[in-house]
Amino acid sequence: MERKILLNNIAVPGIRTFEVFRSTGGYLSVEKALKEMTPDEVVEEVKMSGLRGRGGAGFPAGMKWSFIDKKSGNPRYLICNADESEPGTFKDRYLMEKIPHLLIEGMICSCYALGANTGYIYVRGEYKYIIGILNEALRETYAAGFLGTNILGTGYNLDIIVHSGAGAYICGEETALIESLEGKRGNPRIKPPFPAVVGLYGCPTVVNNVETLANIGYIVNNGGNEYAQYGVGKSTGTKLISACGNINHPGVYEIEFGLTVREFLFDEKYCGGIKDGRKLKAVIAGGSSVPILPGELILKTAAGEERLMTYESLAEGGFVSGTMLGSGGFIVFDEDACIVRNTWNLARFYHHESCGQCSPCREGTGWMESVLHRIENGQGRSKDIDLLVSIASKIEGNTICPLGDAAAWPIASAIRHFRHEFEEHIQNPEQCSLHRMEEFENLKI
Amino acid sequence: MLKVTIDNHTIEVEEGTTILQAARMIGGAVVPPAMCYYSKLKDSGGKCRTCLVKVAQGSARDPRPMPKLVASCRTPVADGMVVQNMTSPEVIDTRKAIVEFLLINHPLDCPVCDQAGECDLQNLSYANGREESRFEEAKRSFKVVDIGDKIQLHMNRCILCYRCVYAANQLTDNRSHGILYRGDVSEISTYIQTDITNDFSGNMIDVCPVGALTDKTFRFKNRVWFLNPMNASRSCSKCSGKVTAWLRGEEIYRVTGRKDQFGEVEEFICNECRFDKKEKSDWTIESPRNIKRASVISQNHYLQAKKPSVILPLENRTVSLEEFEKENTNEKQS
Repeated sequence: MERKILLNNIAVPGIRTFEVFRSTGGYLSVEKALKEMTPDEVVEEVKMSGLRGRGGAGFPAGMKWSFIDKKSGNPRYLICNADESEPGTFKDRYLMEKIPHLLIEGMICSCYALGANTGYIYVRGEYKYIIGILNEALRETYAAGFLGTNILGTGYNLDIIVHSGAGAYICGEETALIESLEGKRGNPRIKPPFPAVVGLYGCPTVVNNVETLANIGYIVNNGGNEYAQYGVGKSTGTKLISACGNINHPGVYEIEFGLTVREFLFDEKYCGGIKDGRKLKAVIAGGSSVPILPGELILKTAAGEERLMTYESLAEGGFVSGTMLGSGGFIVFDEDACIVRNTWNLARFYHHESCGQCSPCREGTGWMESVLHRIENGQGRSKDIDLLVSIASKIEGNTICPLGDAAAWPIASAIRHFRHEFEEHIQNPEQCSLHRMEEFENLKI
Repeated sequence: MLKVTIDNHTIEVEEGTTILQAARMIGGAVVPPAMCYYSKLKDSGGKCRTCLVKVAQGSARDPRPMPKLVASCRTPVADGMVVQNMTSPEVIDTRKAIVEFLLINHPLDCPVCDQAGECDLQNLSYANGREESRFEEAKRSFKVVDIGDKIQLHMNRCILCYRCVYAANQLTDNRSHGILYRGDVSEISTYIQTDITNDFSGNMIDVCPVGALTDKTFRFKNRVWFLNPMNASRSCSKCSGKVTAWLRGEEIYRVTGRKDQFGEVEEFICNECRFDKKEKSDWTIESPRNIKRASVISQNHYLQAKKPSVILPLENRTVSLEEFEKENTNEKQS
């Protein structure tokens, strides 16, 4: 029996409302934290839990909290990053849509731990309907006295404000998000200083992902040690994986860290195997930014060990034969998928979403896209492949924010693992099973 | 005081100094090029990535190297830091790539550009650029627009350094221009092509590292290398009145701020001094101004540089390797 933390009560009717959520044990953590614990004790529990950021980078959440500058005396802020824009990732949407109170509960405990009196939920612009759900949930929480002034008579004040983004992928980067929240153009800031010192309105700020914050309630209730019982090694707890692509059961699954990729992909409880009995070709394991891996490498590491759904196991082999867990967007390709077309599609996305602030990303993403477009349209030359590798390697690591890396990795990895496919596209463009020239000619960019 | 070593030169600097500032104190070849950083404009820098350097040792206390190359203009030094600029092949390699990125959408219309001869991008690409372009697609293009009656904007040439945005933001009381759109289609613009009328708007021309913002009173009048830069001054109620007047014979062709060896103006000047005072009688000419860095103007810099290594024969004939080498050696000897 698999163990769950977040989605245990997902099937309870009316769980979206405060009343039902409360009856399933909701908001107990708020009472416990505010009445029985000091803020530092909450931070300690989160540190002990080993909870890692669920937004993609996997940075330990407790550590991030401990960096917050308490000496300056400026107000502190917690921002919930709900700008889930990574292609292939839709776990936060599911969480906010189904159990919004789980997030709010976690945010209250987190704000208390950080000493923040204002929390923001920065919601992706495309998630318009979720803003309504969150605002309704917040209204209920205010009415029940868990938000506002003097919460539960403890003297602690907290406001949570929902803010809508305007649809830019870059605003999921934490400093661009802060700029956007301040009402400015969503350009990433140059770090240092980090948001923990100079963040929103120049004040110390922590930015956490929705799923990270949703875990805090459980940690406060049961203690960090109990939470750390879930998972393996440094990947503690559970993870929401949004699975999509050519599989039988696409959807959001909560898995305990340590499940094998094979079981996740082929078990009926999860993805249920590849659609229409076709063969597995490749997987993007953690949202479009992480390196793509061919089927044999996603199931087993280069050393021949079974690959597990953990931060460490997926990263085994570095970028030569490994990938990243990222945000948990699990995109599966079957044998008929065209890697070149997919890579071009991703390149087009990053080209469109680059903020244009720093030169490698602004110029490089567009350049890579046009070269890939050329290959995809049958006008590629053999030197184009090395050109792509060269451009990607010069963007990677040289940009202000990780968008440059995110644009370079999928292309570099696709060429690393599927070079023959690019070569075939250049030599015999008509041979690709998917390549229908008329369709591409009609496709507007 | 913090001790920092850049390319084997050690210097003591105050806390809060950036690597680039420390390198400028040392001077010479260790100074990384900067296309977007401007010491007189707050928040500038970090964008063009040409000043990336390698930090081989983070500090005396934590000697680990930094994992990525860092933007020297925005990274403060730490005590015991060891920085590699020209001594790191990785840095030089990356800089070449950055120059390539900056040039792929640049029109390379230097022959008709007023900035030619004093253009930071021209100097940068001469030092770090490739001989041929690998970019085959169509370059992005914009229409030339006037922003105000004295300034013309060639967006094609812009490298989006944001300097003019900061200048307009910080020097003038009424900021009316910024960046529209994003990615490689983003452009400097005034919203709905409003004119920029502020008294200090002309400084945007001086801070522009390329020929994107040009002085309409000087456009196509002369080449900068034919002009003699002279320190000149007048009493002005708006600014210091200390300028560089660019003369040919007895005629003043243009007026700019006094630029130092790093291409930054010493003091910002007002539009009246810049655009309206073009008579020699308006100014007290003080002394010749020695332009140190900008290459073509006074340094004969290009004469010492290496010639491009491959010169293709004009007529369509096949040249054997021996013949080719022979011709090339003859050329070098002569």
